[in-house]
Amino acid sequence: YILYILIYIPIFVFVLLRKLIKEEGENDFQEELVIRPLHSGDIYASFQFRTLWETDFMRENKVSHYRLFPKSLGQVISKFSVRELHISFTQGYWRTMQWGQPFLPSPPGAELWVWFQDSVTDVDAAWKELTNVLSGIFCASLNFIDSTNTVQPSASFKPLGIVNETDHRFLRYATLPREIVCTENLTPWKKLLPCGSKAGLAVLLKSEKLFHSSFFSQTVHIRPVCQDRECKTTSWELRQTLNVVFDLHTSGQGKREWSLFKMFSRTLTEACPLASSSKIYIDVTDNPQEEYFELSPATPLLSQAVVLGDRRTFSVYDLTQQVTFGTVRSLNLLIRWKSTEGDMLRPLLHAERYVAGYGLQTGEIHTVMYNNHPFRSFPVLLLDSVPWYLRLYIHTLTVTSKGKDNTPSYIHYQPSKDRMRPHLLEMLVQLPPHSVTEVTVQFERALLKWTEYTPDPNHGFYVGSSVISALVPSSVAMDTNITQEQPLFSSFFPCKEESSYFVRVYTEPLLVNLPTPDFSMPYNVICLTCTVVAVGYGSLYNLLTRSFQIEEPNPRLAKKIANFIRRIRGVPLLS
Amino acid sequence: AFLLTFLSAIIMLIFICFCVHFQNTAGQFFSSGHTNNWAVLVCTSRFWFNYRHVANTLSVYRSVKRLGIPDSHIVLMLADDMACNHRNPKPATVFSHRNMELNVYGDDVEVDYRGYEVTVENFLRVLTGRLPPSTPRSKRLLSDDRSNILIYLTGHGGNGFLKFQDSEEISNVELADAFEQMWQKRRYNELLFIIDTCQGASMYERFYSPNIMALASSQVGEDSLSHQPDLAIGVHLMDRYTFYLLEFLEDIHPASKSNMNDLFKVCPKSQCVSTPGHRTDLFLRDPGSVLITDFFGSVRKVEITMEAIHLTDPILQLEDGPMSEEVQEKTYSYVDQLPVSEIIHQKPKQKDWHPPDGFILGLWTLILLVFFKTYGIKHLKHIF
Repeated sequence: YILYILIYIPIFVFVLLRKLIKEEGENDFQEELVIRPLHSGDIYASFQFRTLWETDFMRENKVSHYRLFPKSLGQVISKFSVRELHISFTQGYWRTMQWGQPFLPSPPGAELWVWFQDSVTDVDAAWKELTNVLSGIFCASLNFIDSTNTVQPSASFKPLGIVNETDHRFLRYATLPREIVCTENLTPWKKLLPCGSKAGLAVLLKSEKLFHSSFFSQTVHIRPVCQDRECKTTSWELRQTLNVVFDLHTSGQGKREWSLFKMFSRTLTEACPLASSSKIYIDVTDNPQEEYFELSPATPLLSQAVVLGDRRTFSVYDLTQQVTFGTVRSLNLLIRWKSTEGDMLRPLLHAERYVAGYGLQTGEIHTVMYNNHPFRSFPVLLLDSVPWYLRLYIHTLTVTSKGKDNTPSYIHYQPSKDRMRPHLLEMLVQLPPHSVTEVTVQFERALLKWTEYTPDPNHGFYVGSSVISALVPSSVAMDTNITQEQPLFSSFFPCKEESSYFVRVYTEPLLVNLPTPDFSMPYNVICLTCTVVAVGYGSLYNLLTRSFQIEEPNPRLAKKIANFIRRIRGVPLLS
Repeated sequence: AFLLTFLSAIIMLIFICFCVHFQNTAGQFFSSGHTNNWAVLVCTSRFWFNYRHVANTLSVYRSVKRLGIPDSHIVLMLADDMACNHRNPKPATVFSHRNMELNVYGDDVEVDYRGYEVTVENFLRVLTGRLPPSTPRSKRLLSDDRSNILIYLTGHGGNGFLKFQDSEEISNVELADAFEQMWQKRRYNELLFIIDTCQGASMYERFYSPNIMALASSQVGEDSLSHQPDLAIGVHLMDRYTFYLLEFLEDIHPASKSNMNDLFKVCPKSQCVSTPGHRTDLFLRDPGSVLITDFFGSVRKVEITMEAIHLTDPILQLEDGPMSEEVQEKTYSYVDQLPVSEIIHQKPKQKDWHPPDGFILGLWTLILLVFFKTYGIKHLKHIF
């Protein structure tokens, strides 16, 4: 009996202690991969990793025990009182007309927008420090974000998470269209995942294949979300997404046959042990009777989801079930095309942007928006942020649809200040059905100071993409309740009404040439001036101050001997 | 009994010898005088045809990482992106050998300063430690007076200067003064400076701070040449001096005993075409006793102890009783992403204060009235 008491009492005490220790809140990690074959033969893969954590970063005693949520981001949130953080790094441009709409759009280069808490007193100082800290975390030159490329949108970029009220004074938005993405940005991004790149879906992320693609984008989104339908408690959500489009000809060698090994040079062997769910979704909506492509290994699981206003059917592979991996203990999905028929659904909203004009003094920016819906019109909010060295003439701003003037119902314009802040133009435009709307504004190029030019100024200067936020009417009723059972890729943007869905479209960035001086001119001028001074002044000085003396030439040897003999003889010497 | 005492004496002797040997190796372990290693690797050239300079820097980065220096102790500055450059036929790779044998970019690389951030000012600030307070740790050189630092520079240079990004240059006097600042602020114990540019020896001519050893790929008046082009990539992949330096370093492992005299023999004139030079007069120790791993490898401070250490009990978190029991009354909700009616009726915020309308008009009327009161009504005809 004494033995039993000795064994059980410590266990009992241990269990009691465990209950007394406050649980730091539930940590939940989900990972999924969505593969969508595109009509042009390319293939679109989207990875989503989500960590949910029920905690409060804003309380006085700091959070110190991190489990699945990465510590570097948790410290950033609590130190800078961040309510929402969205950062994306993209290489390439998303071709909406060929590929459709992406699940999560992102502009080329780097984009960062942050909502701060109401308690922050100096938002600009917090923003500056935050960009520096993030540049260290992601190995990117985000420290180039300063007041010359930061804007404070007044109506776009509403918070995507839970919030009490929205005061746009606490919002900051900046893009760096020149930023390159490479393995050095992917490496720290992978290190934020709970399983790293060692288990689960993240083993597929090999940089040599990912960067040899038409489009690559990695993002991090942090926001507070509802835990359940009643929404009485909130938890912090960290979403890391990676979108990549592999080209048929460069990665696919021209053959319309895609497999995990061909795309990523790896196959899957296990799910991440820390994940509560780990799934792969293949979009088979266009292939109901397997007439276009064949998917192997076959899976019985099917799921339907309403995404981007359309009801899509997906074949699901659940990696937490051992049966998915079969007898070979590895999963290599294979999609083989049989025929190339079929039409692609045209996207309802599409935008383009280009610079018109000639010469290096003036120009015109044209933004063209297409509404492809046959009978419905919808409003779009256009956000344009133009750097100060393109001086916009807002009195030349015209918005035309179908040839007629289309007055925006809301315009917010903040003029630029040289070397201090950029132009900000926000307009709410109603796009008529089946029409093309064109927004034009003329500009003049400024002459920069010679130290403000980049080391390669003849490449040109980039102007960030325009952002078009729209509520597009949906043909299928959208689900307004965000629940945990929905797949991650369909539940990012919160939905308030069933008849439309929110979408954000980014245009191309612009590349403009500014009048560039010849940088060798200071050197040329210095050389020429010094030469002129040396030759001119030097010659003049010589002429004025030089005096001439006659000098006896050195006597030659024969003369020397002759003079010596003459001296002995006492005869006068030779000259 | 005699046998027993004899055996015990022998065992004691062996034990003492072992202890002494142990002491000796332990003593040798810490004899170099440094406790941590840092590396500052800089590539200063931009544009695709300067691929070889990025490959140079990345091969030294790779060797230094392989020999033990962690990423947190390496400040890597690359002035342009070659791996994900659109002209690179194999993206996310930088090769050092022809036929794409060795990818020095790898899968686990952290570049601290890239693109336009690589400037003379940033380089000197990193060396001297005068960085703005918001600079993250990965971009700082947090060395102390017991650090051995390896500094590697590559790019285009001339007699007395090194060109940064085709737009500015650093002179040998500036560099020598920066090292003197580091010495006076006790930011290094010993410093190894390697430079692979044309006329590289001119860059170390002006050093005057103690404990600096310098190597250069060519003498004053000579050009450093590149090694071999790759026909698929289309550019020269490496410079000769760094190519043979990489070959030499591939044979070094963390426990190797090669010393600096072997490093001075890397790339003789027959292989390099230029004459590599070195300078050791400022260095206090004899180069023959300095190990390669003193600069290229990393010291991990290991202390061997025989005593047991008791770990403290796990810290119990205080329970926030009242907080968790309180029933949350309010419900949260998401915000409408595009509230059209709200946006249309939003009042624009006026940042600058403008005087109310009519104020200017009233002011001028007042001025005119005062004028006419003082000078009389007859001047009115001059106005109208």
